[in-house]
Amino acid sequence: MRRALWVLAVLLSHWRRHPLQLATLLVGLIAATALWSGVQALNQQARTSYDRAAALFGGTRVAMLIDPAHATFPQAAFIELRRAGWPVSPVLEQRVEVGGRALRLIGIEPVTMPAETAAGAAVGRGDLHAFVAPPGRTLIAPETLRDLGLRPGATPRIDRSAELPPLQPQPQLAPGVLIVDIGMAQRVLDRPGLVSRLLVGHTTRNAAELPETVAGTHLQWVAPDGETDLARLTDSFHLNLTAFGLLSFLVGLFIVNSAIGLAFEQRRPTLRTLRACGVSVRLLNVVVVAELVFLALVGGLVGLVCGYVIAAALLPDVAASLRGLYGAQLPGALALQPRWWLAGIAMSVGGALAAATASLVRMARLPLLAAAQPDAWRQAQRRWLSRQGALAALMLIAAGGVLLFGDSLLAGFAVLAALLLAAALALPVVLDGALQLAAKGARGALSAWFWADSRQQLPGLSLALMALLLALAVNVGVGTMVRSFSVTFTRWLDGRLAADIYVSAANETQAAEIRRWLAARDDIGAVLPGARTEIRIGGAPVQIMGVADHATYRDNWPLLRAAADGWDRMHRGGAAFVSEQLSRRLHLGVGDRLRIDDDWSVDVVGVYGDYGNPKGQLAVDIDALLRHFPETPQTRFGLLVAPEHIAGVLAALREKFHLDARQLADQATVKAESKRIFNRTFAVTAALNTFTLGVAGVALLTSLMTLSGSRLPQLAPLWAIGLTRRRLAAIELMKTMAVACVTALLALPLGLVVAWCLIAVVNIKAFGWRLPFQVFPAQLLELLGVAMVAALLATLPPVLRLARMQPATLIRIFANER
Amino acid sequence: MNADRGMSRRGFVAGLAWLGLGARAAAQGFAGLGGAAAGFAAVTPGRKFAFPDDFGAHPDFRIEWWYVTANLRDAGGAAYGVQWTLFRQATAPGPQREGWANQQIWMGHAAVTGAATHRFNETFARGGVGQAGVDVAPFEAWIDAWRMAALPPLSNETFAPLRLQAAGEGFGYDLRLDADRPLVLQGDHGYSRKSERGQASYYYSQPWFTATGRIVLDGRAIAVSGPAWLDREWSSQPLAADQTGWDWLSLHLDGGDKVMLFRLRQADGGHYFAGNWIGRDGRSVPLPSDAIEMTPRGFTEVAGRRLPTQWRVEVASHGLAVDAAPLNPRSWMATSFPYWEGPIAVHGSHDGVGYLEMTGYPVTG
Repeated sequence: MRRALWVLAVLLSHWRRHPLQLATLLVGLIAATALWSGVQALNQQARTSYDRAAALFGGTRVAMLIDPAHATFPQAAFIELRRAGWPVSPVLEQRVEVGGRALRLIGIEPVTMPAETAAGAAVGRGDLHAFVAPPGRTLIAPETLRDLGLRPGATPRIDRSAELPPLQPQPQLAPGVLIVDIGMAQRVLDRPGLVSRLLVGHTTRNAAELPETVAGTHLQWVAPDGETDLARLTDSFHLNLTAFGLLSFLVGLFIVNSAIGLAFEQRRPTLRTLRACGVSVRLLNVVVVAELVFLALVGGLVGLVCGYVIAAALLPDVAASLRGLYGAQLPGALALQPRWWLAGIAMSVGGALAAATASLVRMARLPLLAAAQPDAWRQAQRRWLSRQGALAALMLIAAGGVLLFGDSLLAGFAVLAALLLAAALALPVVLDGALQLAAKGARGALSAWFWADSRQQLPGLSLALMALLLALAVNVGVGTMVRSFSVTFTRWLDGRLAADIYVSAANETQAAEIRRWLAARDDIGAVLPGARTEIRIGGAPVQIMGVADHATYRDNWPLLRAAADGWDRMHRGGAAFVSEQLSRRLHLGVGDRLRIDDDWSVDVVGVYGDYGNPKGQLAVDIDALLRHFPETPQTRFGLLVAPEHIAGVLAALREKFHLDARQLADQATVKAESKRIFNRTFAVTAALNTFTLGVAGVALLTSLMTLSGSRLPQLAPLWAIGLTRRRLAAIELMKTMAVACVTALLALPLGLVVAWCLIAVVNIKAFGWRLPFQVFPAQLLELLGVAMVAALLATLPPVLRLARMQPATLIRIFANER
Repeated sequence: MNADRGMSRRGFVAGLAWLGLGARAAAQGFAGLGGAAAGFAAVTPGRKFAFPDDFGAHPDFRIEWWYVTANLRDAGGAAYGVQWTLFRQATAPGPQREGWANQQIWMGHAAVTGAATHRFNETFARGGVGQAGVDVAPFEAWIDAWRMAALPPLSNETFAPLRLQAAGEGFGYDLRLDADRPLVLQGDHGYSRKSERGQASYYYSQPWFTATGRIVLDGRAIAVSGPAWLDREWSSQPLAADQTGWDWLSLHLDGGDKVMLFRLRQADGGHYFAGNWIGRDGRSVPLPSDAIEMTPRGFTEVAGRRLPTQWRVEVASHGLAVDAAPLNPRSWMATSFPYWEGPIAVHGSHDGVGYLEMTGYPVTG
């Protein structure tokens, strides 16, 4: 034990002499752990909140009964099933707006609520009588209450009409949800005697024993699902975040690897001396591993704290993205579980050990008596380069294989990962070739030395350059994808937002009044009725949209593919357009047939883009929709109005029917709102992108800092034969900038390949839509500039140190090292 | 749901909170029966009972139940017990509110007991929407699929014939109840006093039911028959605040006489006794408090409680001195309001069968 401590003390003395190296190692560990654990914290937060939401309204944790044809059905079905011994409990749910915020109002029946859904217990812990008896209670998450700026006991109006029962904060509740008694829900939503679904409690009976119709309604049994709808819908988003976290983790490990590799090289003489003094290989190994684990623990802990800070900083954007994309609600404050801390530390230690494997193996095989100097670098480098090349080729083949045979989102990310790794591994080979070429054209001794020395520097710099390459490529890829999406989305919005004014009436009565009022005016070009309902196909929610027969749709609708007479056939009722997502999920193409419910099947006559919608969608003729789903609310319609009349019509509608901003909007407002949501959706991606680039910059900086010390023996002779320190510094700067430039140039095509992968593989799997691939040269140039600036910033500190170095330091090189 | 251990562990204090009575009510006697009755109708002596109206619910009173127990035997002579109970409780006084706003909460309990098995279940419902309720004509009392319904024509004298049904996991029954003698008013012409301070309930019984039909126990269908007993009771504050629970029993004696006895336990260790002797001629005589002796003779540890499952029962005025023993000492109803309820047999001066109910025993240790 004493001996081990002595060995440890000897080894640790290295860090005392090279504090910068220690800092590098720790920075690597911290960067790796911080981003990874930050992303994990975000994911965990989101998942917990989905679970909370699901547990509360029953979600799909218990089996449920729905009417596939209608949003609601008579409560008589509940009574009939109870009286037949089925342990069902009614739920009425609808989206409502309170204080300008969209919330889910869920009416539950606490007395029959299955024990499996936590809601019954949550309500029961309060006061059941107060909850069900007038005036009742509205349970709300404390954070939502805060967001609304309301106090407990307040009775806000929903949708500017009915007053909610007094609000009561309930910590277990998911945010964005209002829980009221079913009777209260029916009253405030004006849905007397109607329910949205029946939750099925514990029973030994199954779907097959359910009667054909219950109280005149054909109910569909939806089996419980381990995963909630939200969890499934948002999976791709979280996978995206995870991929980014993993990338930063890898980039961080690059730093760790380079720092440990360097330390090993420098400690070789020490290790050999220790071995010669009789320290066994085993003891040496154990001590080195222990040292590494200790450092990893320190770095991991600091990384976790940084990760927490990052997650807390990103949470508002992530929450906004999830709300915009999926309507998922996330609480505003991070709550972390002990599991997260443990996993973060484990990742840090595991990563450090993995990054140190090569060094550890080399140390274990260290021959006792071989010379203490490094091998002839040329030979070693050639072997290293050919190994890198071979590995790169293998990775490339793997990427191709996964691309050919993989068919999942995970496979898409695997292709990306393999491709990036292949490119990173091939980078030194390519750089070496480029420098060799340059060396051939070199004239003069200094120039020849310049190129040769650049090549000699490669192994030390290559990991940092790889990190830079990866970060840049991912930046180019994601940037291109987001810009492509943005362009496509804007064009698509123009097509989809065909009407000039959008009206959403509070109820059917008001809708009828508005229509009558509009018909009497002469400044209205046309009234385009709209209707929308939701069904389930293959267990997943699908929207059905009713489209009126009007030329503006035929002219503008963003069809991707369509049969020649598609519009006519659609308006005859027997055909439908399907959204791209739905067409991919159900493998539907033009000419296929789709069964909507028992008595309605349609031919698919077209596929249209429906970006940003997590649910599949069908567009059918509006009259056909209302024929098959007569209860579909008809409260929304679009108006075609000449541009000069828009303001007047808006003002008149607002005044006459007291419509607010949510119920009445012109096209420009809707468009601006959509773009705002879109931009926020990718805010997180952009933030993570920047972080990754920052980590790569740090990697480059730390590599250069560590190299600068060890490279003095190479530079000192040049100084001795007459080159000024300033000149030497300039040469060093040029060299690094040259390799960084080559790396950045290589990153551009690689980035475009990454973008293609994202657009053609990952996006389709994640969201179900494919974007046209576009290249944005200005953006590429900008990134190139950013990369060069980053490289310059990373190169400057060591170069400045060299330029200002005391001659005595340079002279000492000759005394010490050689 | 059946024998839900999580439910029983929560105990009845949680159960009270769940029903909105608040944990304070726990201190006011079992299931809040000793709570204040402000705003509800009061129970007073001298009420004239009228049938079929009094078959139905009395929503102005806070609490009410329809309670059937049956002592059954199969063809081989093996004994079984059946319980069917519908409780109604009003959470607020005043006019009945429509639909979901209705203030009535209904609770159903059902059980089948064999010598070695006891299967039970409970269910809850809110009034006003049809999940549970009581219709007078044609008579039907129901909660979910459990029902007690007239097999027309229903006699207003005998409250028969009825069909009694319930099922849960591991048990079920479908019985026909017939009676050849009229209903019996308990206490003083249906006014059943529960304490010295005036707490009381309206209480009538049909002890003359004969049940025939089928029970199902753990998947086995068994043809059975035997005497059954209906209790109808309603009140607004049946227990005094310091009464912690009761021991109640009904007896079908071999000679044809029927006996109902109960002992209300007080917090100070004292007891309030009451009962009626119903002769084979149908005459119901209230028993004076000091004529009744009920002495625990044997205990069973059930659900963390020490319950007196064996009794010495004496009614000196009628020469009754018997030992009562349970068919299954573990007839524990681990429902939201847990209690012991099961068939018993008596031997001694008289032989016979009956039902024992014990409520409000605290968890020991």
